[in-house]
Amino acid sequence: MTTVFGVPLAVILGQLMLGLVNGAFYALLSLGLAVIFGLMGVVNFAHGALYALGAFAALLGMKWLGLNYWVALLAAPAAVAVLGLAAERALLRHVYKLPPLYGLLLTFGLALVIEGTLFQLFGSSGDSYPVPEALRGAWNLGFMILPIYRGWVILASIVVCTGVWFVIERTRLGATLRAARENGALLQSFGVNVPLLFAATYGGGAALAALAGVLAAPVILVTPHMGSSLVIVVFAVVVIGGMGSILGAIVSGLGLGLIEGFTKVVYPEASNVIVFVIMAVVLILRPAGLFGKE
Amino acid sequence: MSVELLRITDLHAFYGESHILHGVDLRVDRGEVVILLGRNGAGRTTTLKAIMGLVGSRSGSIMINGVEASDLPPHKIARLGVGYCPEERGIYSSLTTEENLMLPPLVGSGGMSLEEIYGMFPNLAERRATQGTRLSGGEQQMLALARILRTGAKLLLLDEISEGLAPVIVQALSRTIQTLRQKGYTILLVEQNFRFALPLADRFYVMEHGQVVEGFSASELPAKMSALQAQLAV
Ligand SMILES: Nc1ncnc2c1ncn2[C@@H]1O[C@H](COP(=O)(O)OP(=O)(O)O)[C@@H](O)[C@H]1O
Ligand SMILES: [Mg+2]
Repeated sequence: MTTVFGVPLAVILGQLMLGLVNGAFYALLSLGLAVIFGLMGVVNFAHGALYALGAFAALLGMKWLGLNYWVALLAAPAAVAVLGLAAERALLRHVYKLPPLYGLLLTFGLALVIEGTLFQLFGSSGDSYPVPEALRGAWNLGFMILPIYRGWVILASIVVCTGVWFVIERTRLGATLRAARENGALLQSFGVNVPLLFAATYGGGAALAALAGVLAAPVILVTPHMGSSLVIVVFAVVVIGGMGSILGAIVSGLGLGLIEGFTKVVYPEASNVIVFVIMAVVLILRPAGLFGKE
Repeated sequence: MSVELLRITDLHAFYGESHILHGVDLRVDRGEVVILLGRNGAGRTTTLKAIMGLVGSRSGSIMINGVEASDLPPHKIARLGVGYCPEERGIYSSLTTEENLMLPPLVGSGGMSLEEIYGMFPNLAERRATQGTRLSGGEQQMLALARILRTGAKLLLLDEISEGLAPVIVQALSRTIQTLRQKGYTILLVEQNFRFALPLADRFYVMEHGQVVEGFSASELPAKMSALQAQLAV
């Protein structure tokens, strides 16, 4: 049997695969954060709560309306996007001209309100969401047995992240978004409704968080606070990738998932802190992040 | 359709607490090229920004094509058919030349096609995939001007487009303005460069300390020349 540092290769590959599943969630969540921060300069502390909201929307859609997983995959992000849009129009738009701390506090408050409301309505014990019929079972990859659903999470995340990257970097809508982030006042004087663009962007970022929530629902316990610890790691991912960098968020999300998985093999005690150690090192050597502009 | 495309009455503008424009009055008729002269700091840029709604606050009346624009947000002002070319040019570094060119949405009918624009500015065609801010100063100025010709805007507000450019490029811009005029565009041009501005204009306004202090037509220019030179000398 092949071994690396005395560890069977199959074990390493297995952990890397599981790390990639985590990385898929990191990438989706940090992408949403990067989109929001890049355009609006707002550090969205509500991101974990919006992720939980996506999972709850899927759960309640199934219980109350009989919507299946595939419908939830579209409907839950859409519903959360509408909520995000409303929150931006009602609250967030008032803080853009203020120091960044205000946006941070406001979205932190928003997270408390969302999580508190979910807690009041549904308690903290949580609920589970069934794995959809078509994605049950497992593939034998030779070195590991990969549950099909986890493979699907990796695939879905990569497809969505690539799609968002493509829209932002390669389309006219993306050019408009890039222009808005560079000089929004001039863009508005060309006739673009920039305030609406901001609202839509926050809605879009919220939808990405909710999509991650729906994807996570079948593999974790759905609770009001399911996002609060995850989002701390995701913030570290965003800082490592470079605040606001789309490519940075995607690459470092997947990459850090892999590194975490690898750490579980070689030194499991460090697997929970490795991301933060990397963040500290990156902040010292390259304060703008791996993909950030100095 | 009235002849007046833009009429500004008693316009006051502020950046925060600073009161910059103190009751500007001016008028631009359809098809005219009007030049706004003045020393640095007279308030010409602020006048254009105030028209677009880009100052802190403003009062007074700005009628564009018969619509009161002084309480509209910038995007709605643009959609009245106004194209704005800012003094700092405002080329986006995160966009290519062509993305810069295609950025402004259409605000009217009858704008120039991309082919026509590339015909008018062949340099931009050659460098269409180049990052906008990697163009030379002259090319960036062409781009800033070309960008608002595609949109169908009929009223162009151009701020010091000849500033800091080599004489050949200034001449090319001058020909461009003449072409635009023949095409029926209405232009309010802020300028300091006499040799560039004089042959182009139908009428002139002179600004001082945030007010229009004088207005006259091109035919009155020769008699005014020496007084004007003294007035505008730095
Ligand atoms: N953003 C700003 N904040 C405060 N004052 C400004 C600002 N921009 C310009 N000013 C002031 O407004 C006055 C008019 O400036 P400006 O309109 O740029 O003049 P011009 O274009 O004729 O050179 C100047 O005294 C200038 O210092
Ligand atoms: Mg000026």
